[in-house]
Amino acid sequence: MTSAESMVIEQTGRFGQLRNYLRAVGAVVWKDLRAEYRSRELLGSMLVFAMLVILIFNFALELDIRTRETVASGVLWVTFAFAGTLGLNRSMGVEKDRGCLDGLLLAPVDRSAIYFGKMLGNLIFMTIVEAIVLPTFSVLYNLNLINPGLILVVILGSIGYSAVGTLLSSMAVQARTRDILLPILLFPVSIPLLLAAVKASNGFLQSFEMTEIMPWLNILLVYDVIFIAVAFMLFDFVVEE
Amino acid sequence: MIEVRRLVKTFGVKPVLRGLDFNVKAGEFVALLGPNGAGKTTFLRILATLSRPKMGEVIVAGYRLPGQASAIRQRLGVVSHQPLLYGDLSAEENLQFYARMYALHSHETRIKEVLKMVGLYPRRRDLVREFSRGMQQRLAIARSILHNPDILLFDEPHTGLDQDAAKMLDELLIEIASGGRTVVMTSHDLPRAVKLADRLDILSHGVIAASIHKGDPEMLDFPELYRRVTQDD
Repeated sequence: MTSAESMVIEQTGRFGQLRNYLRAVGAVVWKDLRAEYRSRELLGSMLVFAMLVILIFNFALELDIRTRETVASGVLWVTFAFAGTLGLNRSMGVEKDRGCLDGLLLAPVDRSAIYFGKMLGNLIFMTIVEAIVLPTFSVLYNLNLINPGLILVVILGSIGYSAVGTLLSSMAVQARTRDILLPILLFPVSIPLLLAAVKASNGFLQSFEMTEIMPWLNILLVYDVIFIAVAFMLFDFVVEE
Repeated sequence: MIEVRRLVKTFGVKPVLRGLDFNVKAGEFVALLGPNGAGKTTFLRILATLSRPKMGEVIVAGYRLPGQASAIRQRLGVVSHQPLLYGDLSAEENLQFYARMYALHSHETRIKEVLKMVGLYPRRRDLVREFSRGMQQRLAIARSILHNPDILLFDEPHTGLDQDAAKMLDELLIEIASGGRTVVMTSHDLPRAVKLADRLDILSHGVIAASIHKGDPEMLDFPELYRRVTQDD
């Protein structure tokens, strides 16, 4: 046994490998949360940006209560998408700027573990922003958004957005124009997700029948599964030169 | 320990490595020299499994690239001119993070050991962004040897260091290389490479154009040999 092997936890068999894999995913999430707790750069900018977007829309669209109900879901998802893009860019930018992405890629783990760690980190940041935006939005638009159905849509939509966004941001981060490149790549690819999220949210806000909402929920679910699977297969090729 | 045969790497249509052959024995310290753009970093990134070659055979510690890259990564420690550390984490937290990524057992003891080795144990709770460049590079070395690798790859580790910090880094490199590890280091600094390495290889036009061992007569006028070999680059 080499010296390097003797340092590494003996994890044989599928269960052992899975434990190492999950340990690496957890390490990436822990590192992102810890660094963010210190700097508060990412969450701070996402939150300020999200608040500005809903405030601008609130003043720009002086609408009656009925019209507000119909446009609210659109405004809500535009806010989440914009704030989420800001977070995705920053999250991968930090890795690239100090060469830390190489540090991650040098670890002897399946590289999809790095992807899932970054994706979960991004999802947590998006969820924190959404948890603050939803009540604020409810007050400003005089609508009750604390609705279990709507919360389910927000969770499914955020999973899909983080999944595709993390993959594309790891691609965009290699380019000099990464700040511009990510939205250009991400928005077209996320159109089906955003469309389904807006329609499903609107359905819950306007108390439509579940039969009308279910197709949109199914699209969200399928989108999440497809993009997580695609990212799992492609991440290694995306990050390698 | 490292065997490379007919290695080819291109960026687009531009060839960087053109059929490079390179061998390193276990425990050897090889300095890889060459002008800017010669392909030193590209070559080291291929050995580090960070870049995929277009053609050729790469065997590191008995494992073949790209199929057994994960097994190779377990035996490699890499220090580049960037420290690969997170500024918003403390020195200790950075090493804890990498210890988890490498699935190390009893990592607290090992972290203490490597921090003491690089002289940063008293500063272990300080954030890395508050460290000087020299301290960051010492911590990068601690990171690279955390999992006790057999092979170390150093990509111009002295870049941006003042004389004192560079001297301290030299002492560290000698200490960790003396433990029987295999070291490949790229450098622009001829006197430093002559001092540290057992063998000096000059990379020019995408191949190893000259290879000189310590004690060879050519070593006496190495700067002249280097100038002659690289004059067309």
